Amino acid sequence: MSASYIFGIVAALIVLAVVIESLRRHHLRERHAIWWLAAGIVALVIGVFPDVLGWAASLVGVTVPTNLVFFLSIAVLFLVSIQHSGELTELESETRTLAESVALQDLRIKELEKALADALESRRNP
Amino acid sequence: MPTALERTLIVMPAFNEEEAVGAVVREVLRVAPGVSCLVVDDGSLDSTAREAAAAGATVLQLPINLGVGGAMRAGFKYALSKGFANVVQVDSDGQHDPAGIAELVAQLDHYDLVLGARFAGVGDYAVRGPRRWAMQVLSGILSRLTKTKLTDTTSGFRASGPRAVALFAQHYPSEYLGDTVESLVIASRSKLRVTQVPVAMRPRAGGVPSHNPYKAAVYLGRAGMALFVALIRPPVVVAFTEPVSPA
Repeated sequence: MSASYIFGIVAALIVLAVVIESLRRHHLRERHAIWWLAAGIVALVIGVFPDVLGWAASLVGVTVPTNLVFFLSIAVLFLVSIQHSGELTELESETRTLAESVALQDLRIKELEKALADALESRRNP
Repeated sequence: MPTALERTLIVMPAFNEEEAVGAVVREVLRVAPGVSCLVVDDGSLDSTAREAAAAGATVLQLPINLGVGGAMRAGFKYALSKGFANVVQVDSDGQHDPAGIAELVAQLDHYDLVLGARFAGVGDYAVRGPRRWAMQVLSGILSRLTKTKLTDTTSGFRASGPRAVALFAQHYPSEYLGDTVESLVIASRSKLRVTQVPVAMRPRAGGVPSHNPYKAAVYLGRAGMALFVALIRPPVVVAFTEPVSPA
């Protein structure tokens, strides 16, 4: 068993441990964790059975198996980034709506307070 | 039956405008009798809200800065909840001459969205060089889209009728330039009738419009982007009900 073999497996296990621990602590929601979990599992499978990588590479016609790893890694990172940008946009639009509601309610409260104060005032000094 | 001006809400987005906003509010209330004035304080750090309230405006204070488009949508929502029929957007820096308000509102009898155009012959406001070309390209495309001759599509001086208010309370872009450009696309897609009225424009209280070609290119790029995005988005449909008279 070579050092690099062990290294691959340990790295994959660390990724999985971090993701699962984050999930357990409510630090990560399932829909965000799913990509990282999938990547960690694939890394673990390839770490344990390196031949799978060579087989997959020849299947899709990639000459150097490592290039398949790079390609898949970049693809996953790209998709995750798109997902994050989308969620950021959604959050911004939700923040905007909330800010509007807060401002509108603030104004209503001020108007109600003023109307109430006026009503009490006129009752005291009829 | 209240007059058209009495059913109109002036919405002024204001961000750190404590020096100008008070005078603008007073002038608006003087030259357009009967209107209500809402200053949307867009997360200002100075005393904009206090100055505006002292001048006689209702003040809607946003807790964070949302930009002109964000402030305007909040204003449209307020108008809708209070039963105002029309909304007129006026800049809080005094660039728009409030004398034009009555003219814009008068056109709302026949149109849903009336733009106050700066280059249509009245006043001496002028923009030169690349920025002018950028604005012309934009106007050409939007004129074709709205099927009316528009010469100043980035004007912030505009009046919205009941249909436009209902639409914009739901959909008003907050992106830079999106508020002026994309809102026109949204309006034309929702079959609103758009027109323009020439208005005089005053020089800006502070600063001058830039004639830097680099900035003009960036401006055209962002405007083009806003236009492109607006065109590829699916049209929005908003159920419209006749508004009640203001409380």
